Amino acid sequence: MTTDTPFARRPHEKSLLSVRGLRKTFGEREILKGISFDVMAGQTLVLIGPSGSGKTTVLRCLNYLETPTAGAIELAGEPVGGDYVGEPPRWVPLPEHRLALQRSKFGFVFQRFNLFPHLTALQNVAIGPRKVLGLSAAAAQARAAQQLARVSLAEHMDKRPSQLSGGQQQRVAIARALAMEPRLILFDEPTSALDPELVHEVLDVMGDLAREGMTMIVVTHEMGFARRAADKVIFMADGHIVEEGPPEDVFTAPREDKTRRFLTHVLNR
Amino acid sequence: MTIDWAIVEMAIPLLAVGTVMTLKIASVATLFGLTGGIALGLVSLGGWTWMRWLVRGYVDFIRGTPLLIQIFIVFFGLPLMGFRLGEFWAGVIALSLNSAAYIAEIARGTVGSVEKGQTEAAKSIGMTQGKILFYILLPQSIRPMVPALTNDIITLLKNTSLLSVISVYELTRSGQAIIASHFAPLEIFALLAIYYYAIISVLSWISRVIERRLPAW
Repeated sequence: MTTDTPFARRPHEKSLLSVRGLRKTFGEREILKGISFDVMAGQTLVLIGPSGSGKTTVLRCLNYLETPTAGAIELAGEPVGGDYVGEPPRWVPLPEHRLALQRSKFGFVFQRFNLFPHLTALQNVAIGPRKVLGLSAAAAQARAAQQLARVSLAEHMDKRPSQLSGGQQQRVAIARALAMEPRLILFDEPTSALDPELVHEVLDVMGDLAREGMTMIVVTHEMGFARRAADKVIFMADGHIVEEGPPEDVFTAPREDKTRRFLTHVLNR
Repeated sequence: MTIDWAIVEMAIPLLAVGTVMTLKIASVATLFGLTGGIALGLVSLGGWTWMRWLVRGYVDFIRGTPLLIQIFIVFFGLPLMGFRLGEFWAGVIALSLNSAAYIAEIARGTVGSVEKGQTEAAKSIGMTQGKILFYILLPQSIRPMVPALTNDIITLLKNTSLLSVISVYELTRSGQAIIASHFAPLEIFALLAIYYYAIISVLSWISRVIERRLPAW
């Protein structure tokens, strides 16, 4: 792997994303109780665990859709959400426009797609490159068309989200994320809102992306996908990381009781 | 009781002159009120905190005081500030300021109620608050805003009658002039009611057509 980022010169080299001691409280409830992990460039990390374990909150904290209560996130060596300023260093949150720019480096695919209903598929994908990256209208459209072709939706470019199936909508959402040329993509239960027969078309696209070397963090209940596509699996429960490792270890020889119970439960559904 | 039909016949064209003035004032004030109101609504959703408080205070003042008083304040206040614009513009400004406050509330409510996932998706592709409002939330809010806006424009149109107190020669004022010289209040007020009712019926019809034409998803 080649990288010219300062991160490469650090001890934990090559890690594209590094998360240390991530905590999040909502009022009195502590949802994340200190989460740390690394993702290497090109890796696919799958987060599994019972609902309410905090998986989605991890994703939402990474790109600051939720502001973490404590902890450090670094993307390619750059602190996310703020920076240390002065001597002694003091944490200062980023101003809105810089935070927005940083967010655009994380693609995000939502459970409920969240496509813009007033725009066509092409416009949904082109609006980011056009309005955020400042590409010309023609260049933004060309890029959008290219990404839609990549998720096999070239012939549906001019349809609005309401004219597309759930699986097609989610693929548009993936193309929308890809068009920003993010460093990594976060998937928040991308197939949970889909009819069962449409799940595979989204998982196929995600599998292709993983093979092409896209860095991804995926929260999912699709254990088959986790087994096939993950380089690393993290099992979370109750705001903690219980166990992590390559899928063959976590799925076939889990070390922790909690993991075993969870897996028996979901695999025998 | 007998209706004096001769007066009615004489009044119809005279009132038409006032109607033209009413429509003029209402359309200019609607234009200002709409643009100003939507801008204020967006500020109260996405502006800096001190701007939000300013808008909040403005809306509170307008809602908390009678329009009649606002009209007098503008009418007597503008010349003190060095603006001698005459009663027409004083009236237009007073009505615009008034409706902008109510429209700001409509805009804030409608734009603010667009599903939260839209804002999150826009944030996730790196949009800032201003871009999110302008490109994502506002376009989705226009159609749901139309019925409430129609209500406010109707109110504005009826409120033009209050400008008779600063001697703007609009529909009501033109009726009062006829009453003063011929003393036929019932006939004239009934006619005025019919005129207003007709104008507002047309307005409601236009609004329904617009709502139907606007794209729905």
